[in-house]
Amino acid sequence: MTTLTARQLGFGYPRQPVGRDVDLDVAPGEVLCLLGPNGSGKTTLFKTLLGLLARQGGSIALDGEDIGALSRSEIARRVAYVPQAHESVFPYTVHDMVLMGRTVHQGLFSSPRQDDAGRAQEALDQLGIGDLASREFTRISGGQRQLALIARALAQDAPIIVMDEPTASLDFGNQVRVLQQVNRLSAAGLGIVLSTHNPDHALACASRVLVLADGTLRAAGSPESVLTGELLSSVYEVDVRLERLSHGQPVCVPLLETPAKDRSGPTG
Amino acid sequence: MGGRAHTALNPGIALGLLALAVAALAFGAVLVGPYPVAPADLVSATSRLISGDTTPQTQVETVLLSIRLPRVATALIVGAALSAAGAVYQGLFRNPLVSPDILGVSTGAGLGAALGIFLSLPVIAIQGFAFVGGAITVTLVYLVATAVRNHEPTLVLVLSGVVLGALASACISLLKILADPYDQLPAITFWLLGSLAGIQAGDLAGTLPAVIIGLVPLVLLRWRMNLMALGDEEAAALGVDPRRLRLLFVAAATLMTASVVAISGVIGWVGLVMPHIARLVVGPNFHRLLPAAMLMGAGYLLIVDTIARTLSETETPLGVLTAFVGAPVFIWLLATGRRSW
Repeated sequence: MTTLTARQLGFGYPRQPVGRDVDLDVAPGEVLCLLGPNGSGKTTLFKTLLGLLARQGGSIALDGEDIGALSRSEIARRVAYVPQAHESVFPYTVHDMVLMGRTVHQGLFSSPRQDDAGRAQEALDQLGIGDLASREFTRISGGQRQLALIARALAQDAPIIVMDEPTASLDFGNQVRVLQQVNRLSAAGLGIVLSTHNPDHALACASRVLVLADGTLRAAGSPESVLTGELLSSVYEVDVRLERLSHGQPVCVPLLETPAKDRSGPTG
Repeated sequence: MGGRAHTALNPGIALGLLALAVAALAFGAVLVGPYPVAPADLVSATSRLISGDTTPQTQVETVLLSIRLPRVATALIVGAALSAAGAVYQGLFRNPLVSPDILGVSTGAGLGAALGIFLSLPVIAIQGFAFVGGAITVTLVYLVATAVRNHEPTLVLVLSGVVLGALASACISLLKILADPYDQLPAITFWLLGSLAGIQAGDLAGTLPAVIIGLVPLVLLRWRMNLMALGDEEAAALGVDPRRLRLLFVAAATLMTASVVAISGVIGWVGLVMPHIARLVVGPNFHRLLPAAMLMGAGYLLIVDTIARTLSETETPLGVLTAFVGAPVFIWLLATGRRSW
């Protein structure tokens, strides 16, 4: 079983540091949820964790092995990445797109075999988009693309999946479906790291929550201890209150300033 | 039903039909020309060729063996190589508007050939100069691109290709001014427009191995080419090393381009348009795209070259014909408006 660990991690682009001193751990069966305002460095942090960007200090280890010492394929066998849904330049079929997740399980010169195709279809079915297999990736909705990218990560069969805002472009129903899928995968023993803009999503699936603001960790811990009205209000600079529904599920609600309902027109 | 992938045709059947069409075209092209050849002559000449006897017996056989067959074979190989290189570059640079000469291969080769003609070197040396010129230009482009850091690598590569290509064409212009206007200048101009006139079996002997060497990594790594089309970050996250793969693919495609440009001159449009049409027929999966693009490139250049040598007494430059056919087709492709390629 694979664990991902980062200590004192500094990340960013050459000559343009984004964040520093991030500690995090993901163990099998855990869901680590990263919250933070736009521009706080969530995507940069993820790319650094995956070794796609050079780290700027600190350490990242997979099962205690420094990722700097691992090859791309060794990393990809242990960590899969779900990028934010994007357009593709060429009209690959959804099935081909998911099949590309199998590359790391093939020899250098080989192409996907029958069982790879089967695994890809299985991943699509698991996310409820099996009927999209022969459609073009460029001609499905943004939400369907996001689900297909998650299917690709599943097909990669890595014990850890890093998802960059997997619910960002989804409609309400698909958001819930993705969160359920996340819970199902962690129950099956996968370690999951995901970022989200919605504190409710963290409450729904996270075993641990990290809050990133201005490139540093503002808080880390269990969802109940971290996600308080005060913290969210200060991080997002809006008034937020946490309430509990009658059956105990916590929800997070922004307090909107009620505009003056006085319709008598300007008085001064 | 807009979402159904590609064409209704099964890709395997489409490839088979394409191969048949190219074979039929080749058969027809061998028979067509100022000196008419009957199918029976072709059969007898071929059977004697297969049996190892290469000394021509009749005038028909001379035409076939020393002129017609080498030329048809060259058209097929040049077309296939340019189109394969185009498919590779378009995937690597994730840009359907890219062609094999994007990294300055053709202009570099053109400069080499112009220099060879300027120095009044023999044909074989001119071809050698062309190949070396193309290879040097791409190497320089690659070195510049790796020296410039902190930018998107693909963008830097394409931009340095454009810049060094412009530099090479400035040098060509300089050579044209310095060249002898009655003898060398027409030769340079004709070479820059591309032609298969005067191709001999010996020219192929040097080119074919180079094309095959370039093709080997493309065929072996054809699945991984698909991952490169997703961009460096995703390719890396899926477990391949994009930097190493790109270097290998660029080297392979450049070898193919430079070695055919060395014997055919600069022939534009084939490597730009043919991979496009192939993608429309079999889809972008490089597994099927590579053979489809090669077959279409081969067939297309064969048609164009056959027109070039039969249209009039004097040979029409290939670059002119491919542009006349390629430009309208390309505009049509743009206008029929697929949002993606």
